[in-house]
Amino acid sequence: MNSLFYVSALIAVISTIMVVTRVNPVHALLYLILSLFSVALVFFALGAPFVAALEVIVYAGAIMVLFVFVIMMINPGRRAINQEKQWLNPKTWVGPSVLAAILLAELIYVMVRGGGQLASTAEVTPKEVAIVLFGPYILGVELASMLLLAGLIGAYHLGRRSQVTTPQEGEHL
Amino acid sequence: MPAVPLEHGLILAGILFAIGTAGVLVRRNIIFMLMSVEIMLNAAGLAFVVAGSARQQADGQVMFIFILAMAAAEVAVGLALVLQLYHRFATLDADAARTMRG
Repeated sequence: MNSLFYVSALIAVISTIMVVTRVNPVHALLYLILSLFSVALVFFALGAPFVAALEVIVYAGAIMVLFVFVIMMINPGRRAINQEKQWLNPKTWVGPSVLAAILLAELIYVMVRGGGQLASTAEVTPKEVAIVLFGPYILGVELASMLLLAGLIGAYHLGRRSQVTTPQEGEHL
Repeated sequence: MPAVPLEHGLILAGILFAIGTAGVLVRRNIIFMLMSVEIMLNAAGLAFVVAGSARQQADGQVMFIFILAMAAAEVAVGLALVLQLYHRFATLDADAARTMRG
């Protein structure tokens, strides 16, 4: 279980770095799916099989399919990839990367300084999750359903193609 | 069976979150920015699950389920906004939408 955690953690980090550095959105998406799978394995190693299954089904399945559909509808093509290459010069990425690395170093410092508690590999079964989810957290479930409804309506409203605007007059809106 | 130290799980979540932050800051393509936000949300969920696993309680997994629902709603609205941006400006450059209506 231990080596399962470390190997999949390594894969997760590498594939996530690949997501952020690719120029082709489809390649980035495939690496993102790989990253989500390896995080699901991490969940499994930590004794959370229900969440691991949810990660694969909802994240890697449903949410990534949305991304694939949008990329298919937009179809960026060769021109966009060349532009992407122009945008990714060291002048733009060095500054933010250094700042994020400093934040990460601080985060790791705070975590390492704390006490040595062990993340158990004993399993928390789906039954226990369900009992807690529909017991003390029932209000949260209702709120999540409201949020999803709002997201549905918002996506429908925003997704309608507006009839009046063209790219040229869009500048003046 | 030796267990994984709590810090290692949290450090993994921190690394993923930092990569996501760097992605949001560096990329100008709005689809890549959305993907980086997904990475950050996923890292936050990972931190919850690691902490829940350390205490042998289901609360962390419950929080992950809520984060999942939020990520789904966020990505639906975000991708609708991407399509709207692309129809208006025929580009995925996030800077294209820098002027407001006023």
